Amino acid sequence: MTTTGLPEPLLRLSGINKSFGAVHVLHDVDFAVYPGQVTALVGDNGAGKSTLVKTIAGIYSAESGERYFAGLPVTINGPRDAADLGIEVVYQDLALCDNLDIVQNMFLGREQMRGVVLDENTMEARARETLASLSVRTVKSVRQSVSSLSGGQRQTVAIAKSVLWNSKVVLLDEPTAALGVAQTRQVLDLVRRLADQGLGVVLISHNMVDVFEVADRITALYLGRVAADVATADVTHSQVVELITAGRSGDLGLTTSGTTA
Amino acid sequence: MTSTETSSSSLAETDFAVDSRQVATVGQAFTAYGNRIRGGDMGALPAVLGLIVLFVVFSLASSSFLTALNMANLITQAGAICVLAMGLVPVLLMGDIDLSAGVAGAVAAAIAALAIRDQGLPWYVAVLAAVVAGMVIGLAIGLLVAKVGIPSFVVTLAFFLALQGVTLRLIGQGGSVRVDDPVIRGLTITNVPVLAGWVVAVVIVVGFAALTLLRYRSQVARDLQHQPLGVIALKIAGMAVIVLGVTAVLSVNRSRNPNFPIEGVPYVLPLVALLLIFWTFVLTRTRYGRHVYAVGGNREAARRAGINVDRIRISVFVIGSSMAAISGIIAASNAGSVSPSSGAGNTLLYAVGAAVIGGTSLFGGKGQARDAVIGGVVIATIANGLGLLNQASYINFLVTGAVLLLAAGVDAVSRRRRSASGLG
Repeated sequence: MTTTGLPEPLLRLSGINKSFGAVHVLHDVDFAVYPGQVTALVGDNGAGKSTLVKTIAGIYSAESGERYFAGLPVTINGPRDAADLGIEVVYQDLALCDNLDIVQNMFLGREQMRGVVLDENTMEARARETLASLSVRTVKSVRQSVSSLSGGQRQTVAIAKSVLWNSKVVLLDEPTAALGVAQTRQVLDLVRRLADQGLGVVLISHNMVDVFEVADRITALYLGRVAADVATADVTHSQVVELITAGRSGDLGLTTSGTTA
Repeated sequence: MTSTETSSSSLAETDFAVDSRQVATVGQAFTAYGNRIRGGDMGALPAVLGLIVLFVVFSLASSSFLTALNMANLITQAGAICVLAMGLVPVLLMGDIDLSAGVAGAVAAAIAALAIRDQGLPWYVAVLAAVVAGMVIGLAIGLLVAKVGIPSFVVTLAFFLALQGVTLRLIGQGGSVRVDDPVIRGLTITNVPVLAGWVVAVVIVVGFAALTLLRYRSQVARDLQHQPLGVIALKIAGMAVIVLGVTAVLSVNRSRNPNFPIEGVPYVLPLVALLLIFWTFVLTRTRYGRHVYAVGGNREAARRAGINVDRIRISVFVIGSSMAAISGIIAASNAGSVSPSSGAGNTLLYAVGAAVIGGTSLFGGKGQARDAVIGGVVIATIANGLGLLNQASYINFLVTGAVLLLAAGVDAVSRRRRSASGLG
């Protein structure tokens, strides 16, 4: 749990608790996202990853705990508040409209207008700029319909959409889960580039190979508690697997097994 | 990390390397269009081909089909269908259906006719009352569909039955209300003066050409994706041929009696053109239209993008029923009266058929206002041609039913091919 040498976290949550009825899903969770770094959020099914992401995004409200954005305390009462701060989530089911083209999808709900008329030219130019800034070379034309894109290209569009609005923190929910080898490659490159541009990136993944390749830090959740928050360089593959499955690994992890909760 | 990045960027580039901004030549544009059609994205092509076939068949079968008089008849017959179908396009874009649109139009027409006959109100007040009645009906349907969650098929089937009762109550058993207001009746039986007709036609063509070319220029200036100039020229030429051709045919004196010349475009045609331009603008150039397509394409995605899905779903039914009101008035103008059976029968299926034949998908998310007009002309041509051949009306029902089924079949098959080939 060494935090020396780390920059000020862009987003920090401390002591977050969340219950659904009698089920206590998140126990005193501390979580930090650093600018320019990819933080992997790992954990077994039901560990609370999705709940934590939805809490960060403002879809769920936490019962207790503080949030700090760029060092300042903030309150988030809904998805709009999170979006206003620059927190964007790319969900697993990508939420793109197949019948619209890439530009139309990227600006959906936030269309640029000139009077009452859609400003298609500005939107197209900005979409192209954003894709170029992310070095996306995988789409043939920004005016092609999303239904003609492969899974990796769709993921790329969804991620590009999330950074279009000067976002500071991007949360990616299992972005490579349904992709082939080459497409996973493209998306992981894109994840890395987001961090290189100074964004705080949270990557939720089950795939340890992906996590070790792009993540700078790993936060492991075990039954709703943070088992460890470590730099990727300090841990091995098998240690992380142990943290996910048992909540502890050697001197890392929860001191009590955590099952007593 | 650097080693993986170099190896990966080459991998990424092998997929697609460049962001193409234009299809370079007219030939390439045609190839691309051919690929789209083979991929199942046929748009209005089946309707246009069908229309040509119908025109050839009917003009061979009946000598009176291709006369100017009959063409003018055909256009006034198509007017009500086109307007009703145009209102249905947004509803179909949602993947919903409005089975009550035909009878909603009849209720609105009855209200307008009674307002003129019994209350002595001027025509514009009567028309306004009819449109407001349509909006109220649409609002009720929309609330039941979007807020209560009843399938639109069931809600509008219930309205289809109930609204016939309303018309019957308004008009009375066995009666009918004459429509003899000069403006409303004149919509279909009087014509725009020939010179004014030509002026409007030329303005439409020049306006279309100017807007298209301006858009092309700004796209080129900002280095955005654009069509080749040749394709744009072809589009403008095609548009000019249709608009000026129709005007020319209708400007010929089509009277059988040399003492009473009948010439010029029936007033209903500019009305349909105006509505077509308006709804094309709304659906393709405004935020509202974009949101309609988004909700029809992926409701969950639209909701996450912050679009008020319920409001959009309600609004399309309001549009559908108020357009139905205008359609009902056109139909009443054409028939000269409103009766309790107005708008029932096959009126609605004609309109749904028109939209679907024109290329609007019953599965939602795909369709344009112009589909309704192209399809409406096809349907009206079938009704008109079979009428000229003095066929028994059962043939008309059979043929129209078959055409609707064929159009829906083409829609379903091309949708499958689209998803197989990954086209929109």
